[in-house]
Amino acid sequence: MTDITLAGVSRWYGNVVAVNDVSMTLGPGVTGLLGPNGAGKTTLLHMMAGFLAPSRGTVTLDGESTWRNPAVYRRLGLVSEKEAVHGFLTAREFVEASARLHKLPDPVAAARRAIEQVEMTDAQDRRIDTYSKGMRQRTRVAAALVHEPGVLLLDEPFNGMDPRQRLHMMDLLHTLGDAGRTILFSSHILEEVEQVSGTVQVIVAGRLAASGDYRTIRRLMTNRPHVFAIQSSDDRRLAVALIGQPSVAGVEIDKTGLTVRAGDYGSFTRAFAKIALAEGVRVQKLLPSDESLESVFSYLVEA
Amino acid sequence: MNTTVAWITARGLFGRRRFLLLFPLPVILVGLAAIARYAGVSAVQWATPVIEGLGLSVLIPITALIVGTGVLGSEIDDGTIVHILTKPLPRSQIILAKLAVAVGVTTVAVAVPLYLAGALTGSVRLGLSLIVGAAVGSLVYTAIFLLLSLVTRRPVLLGLLYVLVWEGLLSNLVSGTRVLSVQQYTLSITDAVARSELLTGRVSLTVALIMSAVLTVVSTVLAIDRLRSFSVAGETS
Repeated sequence: MTDITLAGVSRWYGNVVAVNDVSMTLGPGVTGLLGPNGAGKTTLLHMMAGFLAPSRGTVTLDGESTWRNPAVYRRLGLVSEKEAVHGFLTAREFVEASARLHKLPDPVAAARRAIEQVEMTDAQDRRIDTYSKGMRQRTRVAAALVHEPGVLLLDEPFNGMDPRQRLHMMDLLHTLGDAGRTILFSSHILEEVEQVSGTVQVIVAGRLAASGDYRTIRRLMTNRPHVFAIQSSDDRRLAVALIGQPSVAGVEIDKTGLTVRAGDYGSFTRAFAKIALAEGVRVQKLLPSDESLESVFSYLVEA
Repeated sequence: MNTTVAWITARGLFGRRRFLLLFPLPVILVGLAAIARYAGVSAVQWATPVIEGLGLSVLIPITALIVGTGVLGSEIDDGTIVHILTKPLPRSQIILAKLAVAVGVTTVAVAVPLYLAGALTGSVRLGLSLIVGAAVGSLVYTAIFLLLSLVTRRPVLLGLLYVLVWEGLLSNLVSGTRVLSVQQYTLSITDAVARSELLTGRVSLTVALIMSAVLTVVSTVLAIDRLRSFSVAGETS
């Protein structure tokens, strides 16, 4: 069992604070590190992986600092976001080289096992240059897994993957998590959180905004208030009917149309069509607004 | 030293296109020497401009710059260094492996043409002593340029400034700067071995040997320490 512990970790670059007083403990299982772009996810991961010194606070792996301590890589694997691979090597050479660098007793067998795990056996003798983005990503995961680390950190592992590859990668992460490894992956895509069966850490503007079970976070996300912009043949009449609905929290009317705040996406959209039909109002526009990631995340912060 | 790191480094070095940059200078050097020799020009007239002016002061440092920044700087630039750094290896093993590859490649790339040019003066002894000078020069220069790739994002530019401005310009104008000029060490060491009239060292052999050793060791130790604190800059996406 390997744990990563962050205690009061901050990191700043000059006057810019990238990570602000984050404390968390990551244990076995899959954890999603969720946040909009620029929230400090990569900075946090780099500090966990020993590629950046915290400006304040400590990052430890089973009690050992990860900074300036190459010994931690015996128990830690990193798949960074930057798609940097030695393109002139084949996947097999690349993963075997990783195994050799780890001084594993049987590098060839370890590499074969890791490549099988990511299902790259068929393409393993082609140069990495010739791979698709998803294949490169899986090759990098194989190289990071070859020494069977207790902790695997992945920075935006689903970027550039098609849905099938995404599903496969998610399965792989879950298999590893169920086997007792500590898996942390970062993502800025909210929907990816729905496929996580572990815990979620939400980071916004360098701060830990929410953390806990994925179901709680998902409920918060699906039940968040939604704002719709509506234009119809009779706005005032529609507004009167809508305000009587329990799923509607507020209606505003101005010359461009209606702005409706709904408490629950599902029940509002189901009810809306019926009301419009019953009132005989023709709907010209129905647009969900305020759906930007930042607004959703900032809602989570307030919740 | 770690053979896997050395293997990846060598593959990376020969796999990149900049490796082709190593070929023109040796060809020019040997070509000039051959033309001078077979045109019947006396060696006293062409040895200094060709062997010292082109060989020692351009060929060795530029080759070392291409190779020395290539073994580590290119991997830092494209991010592949992370793969080697996420291994439980003492950082000294990584630096020493890369230094060994860089010194080996540089020495071969410069010693062969310098030997040929030296031999074309009619003195095999000068050719052989140029191999000694080339080996020492390659070691000191690559150690410095390897360190440069860790302390700056523009190692090639800084290396060029050192070679062209410090060694090329200042060493000729201000004699004191010669004590910190690798080119002068190479010249003195070659001169001491060759005892030829064609080359004249300007710093003493003792200074050349001590300074070569000090610069190599200090650069390597600093490089190891810098690699221990290697940080990946937070990407702004």
